[in-house]
Amino acid sequence: MRTSPIPVRRALAAAAGAAMALGLFTACGSDGGSQGDADTAEDFDFSCPERTDGDPAPDEAANESQPFVFGSPGDPTSIDPVLASDGETFRVTRQIFETLISTDCTDNAPGLAESWDQNPEGTEWTFHLREGVTFHDGTALDGAAVCANFDRWANFKGGFQSPNFTYYYSAVFGGFAENDPAMGIESESIYEGCTADGLDATISLSKYTSSFPGAFTLSSFSIISPASLEAVADAELPAADSPLPEYSQTAGTLAGTGPFTLTDWNHSEQQVTLERNDEYWGEKAGVKTLIFRTISDETARRQALEAGDIHGYDLAAPADVQPLLDAGFQVPVRGVFNLLYLTYTQGHAPLEDHAVREALSYAVDRQRLVDSVLPPGGLVATQFQPPSLEGWSEDVVQYEYDPEKAKDMLAEAGHEDLTLEFCYPTDVTRPYMPAPKDIFDMIAADLEAAGVTVEARPISWVEYIPATRSGDCPLYLLGWTGDFSDPYNFLGTWFAAPSTEWGFDNQEIFDAIAAANTEPDEATRVDLWKTANEAIMEELPGLPLTSSPPSIAFAANVYPPDVSPLTQEDFSQVYFTAGS
Amino acid sequence: MLRYTVKRLLQLSVALLGLSLLLFAWFKALPGGPENRLLPENATDQQREALRASLGLDDPVWVQYGEFLGRIVRFDFGSSLSSGRPVATELADRLPATIELSLAAMVIAVGIGIPLGYLAAKRRGTWLDFTAVSGSLLGTCIPIFFLAAMLKVVFAQELGLLPTAFRLSAGAQYTDVTGLRVLDGLITGEFDVAWDALLHLVLPAIALSSIPLAVIVRITRASVLDVVGEDYVRTADAKGLKPATIRGRHVMRNAMLPIATIIGLLLGSLFAGAVLTESVFAFGGIGSFVYQATTERDYPALMGFILVIAVFYVVINLIVDLSYGFLDPRVRVRK
Repeated sequence: MRTSPIPVRRALAAAAGAAMALGLFTACGSDGGSQGDADTAEDFDFSCPERTDGDPAPDEAANESQPFVFGSPGDPTSIDPVLASDGETFRVTRQIFETLISTDCTDNAPGLAESWDQNPEGTEWTFHLREGVTFHDGTALDGAAVCANFDRWANFKGGFQSPNFTYYYSAVFGGFAENDPAMGIESESIYEGCTADGLDATISLSKYTSSFPGAFTLSSFSIISPASLEAVADAELPAADSPLPEYSQTAGTLAGTGPFTLTDWNHSEQQVTLERNDEYWGEKAGVKTLIFRTISDETARRQALEAGDIHGYDLAAPADVQPLLDAGFQVPVRGVFNLLYLTYTQGHAPLEDHAVREALSYAVDRQRLVDSVLPPGGLVATQFQPPSLEGWSEDVVQYEYDPEKAKDMLAEAGHEDLTLEFCYPTDVTRPYMPAPKDIFDMIAADLEAAGVTVEARPISWVEYIPATRSGDCPLYLLGWTGDFSDPYNFLGTWFAAPSTEWGFDNQEIFDAIAAANTEPDEATRVDLWKTANEAIMEELPGLPLTSSPPSIAFAANVYPPDVSPLTQEDFSQVYFTAGS
Repeated sequence: MLRYTVKRLLQLSVALLGLSLLLFAWFKALPGGPENRLLPENATDQQREALRASLGLDDPVWVQYGEFLGRIVRFDFGSSLSSGRPVATELADRLPATIELSLAAMVIAVGIGIPLGYLAAKRRGTWLDFTAVSGSLLGTCIPIFFLAAMLKVVFAQELGLLPTAFRLSAGAQYTDVTGLRVLDGLITGEFDVAWDALLHLVLPAIALSSIPLAVIVRITRASVLDVVGEDYVRTADAKGLKPATIRGRHVMRNAMLPIATIIGLLLGSLFAGAVLTESVFAFGGIGSFVYQATTERDYPALMGFILVIAVFYVVINLIVDLSYGFLDPRVRVRK
């Protein structure tokens, strides 16, 4: 059943309205319309609206003398970004090291490479590097430096190959030059080599996947000075449970090209100190000293901001956003780049029945979730990827909230007294799922209103993933925040092949995803992704619920960075403002 | 005394071995593995299996326990699965914060609790007694996170007197000697650091002290009430001894026996109880570390933490036992 795309626009307009109501800004906006144009969904850049807070004058004295202190929810794990897969590490390393391709909003943008080309097969990627870029150790960036990094990763041995350390490398490139059997990686590496020619570097792959070029934006693949890498080449990581090498825990070991240099990492104070890189090739950082301090408790982060102990923090609780705004703090709305969904695990009768899945979908009031549980900027999801990615389709089947229709359909299908077990995680919040219990309660209430008896099954997070993966939960909540601009990062990991976590077998969908993932031509690939999204929403393996931006907050006397849907804020843009 | 101490230490080793076996079996019996926390949720099953295999989590439990024991006897706790740092280093980095916080909380609890309990007993039935008893009831009931939030609102946000989080101000330079920031500042003559650290210590120490303070007030009151009714106190009074002598030599010394036991137990439990306080005040001790380790099934970190806590607990109780000899000559005689 197809419905008109009007609800999509309505949802986007609601999100636009929410964002504009905050009267502030949001980020990036490479191609977004101006603020005045943003009153309709079509014109509103829901992923990265333009910021409207002007260009306040800096407080030069404060910027030179006062450290900017940011409250992070967790500790970084490694200075060497290839050994990490967590956002807290990347929040720090992104200020020190840079990638070949950067992001503007969710789009790929020039980074260390001013431009890049691919061959028609998508197996050769040539990067044309910026001139005049030097690493913090004074050595120059060139093609050979880029190749040294890629070759180093491909030739990792022993514990360096464990997904515990190099998850993103093996996820993107499949494996290593010589896979260590003890590390469990079995697939072959698609990395074939790198050739340098002056300021050009060409990376060869054995096959194309749609991860490229987006994967080159991953912080794990930041380019580090070969001279500094040479100095730590003897570092050992013999096994997956060996301690990370000392160089990865110590300031001053690795040199990047970024706007800051790392001057101190105090583990016992859970504090990382960065200083402005005055030789930076781009615009110099606004503040001389940038400090990240860990405050794991979200209420403690808010209180520290309110008391002036820190100047900004991430992952503000949705309930704190409005009080913070009322108190004069800034809570810029990030674009959305995640997805929360409700799975209908087929294999649990009667979820194989399409009519039942449809009825359940009509029963859920997703707009109420957006309005009452999510932070500002959240929106109803219509398909299994956020709208900012290529291949998002306006023509997917939609399931507007209609409890009466849900009841009727269940009655017609002979399931008026349906009972379903519904799993949700207990000890975790995720950026796409800020309050799992609240979300569960609202959906369960909706389902109950449609005549379904819901049996709640709360599960701790470490058990939740295996329970849902094994198909043990008939209904469950889960989601994903994208790593980079690639629909496969969402659709592929869920629907590329039959799996127990979804329990359906629809070759049309598997073929559509495989076709899109291996199509190097962008225009053709976009159409293929749209086809895949439409096929998935026909099948209805679950209900895409919402996309929501994790909230980030700043003090009133701070000019915040452009906030990023990928949570990739560039803190060199931050400065203290005068007159406040 | 030496023989007694050695015997206690041997008992400790056996207890720790049994404890480690019990804990290991318990951790392994818990459903869910660390791969579900260490990898992103859309990691493939193959990636999860690869991680389990590379961490040796698929080996038989007795093999894993054998490896664990082998490491422990070499004083190697392994490395934390989530931070990738040696567990011993993590504990060494974080333990001083917890010790400093616990000691400060205990100084508050003892410093206020014993005099208050004594006064409440001496002035039984007065408003002071009533206030002390009802206050201590409140102290045991009030959740730490609520008390912490109230303290922060009043002293940090409204009055602006004290910081809400951390052990030192951002970017503060200090010399690390013992890891106890206030003490280090005093030792090295960095009095500004000592003062800064003290300001950061006040609120979390008050929050953490609430329960031990309440307990000590009640125990002291009860214990003193017990002792003041004894014949030897009346005799001392009848002999015309000075009130201060009666108080110090006859009342408090005898009343201290149960109080010392309780202080020992409380100090041990403070270490474990600091989990919440440290998290709420971002104090950087082992509390937040162990909370994370628990949710992530970070077995090496948990084992390391629990063994260290167990050692502390037993050592503190050993000290308390030995202190009986000082407090009560009859204990010495019996030995």
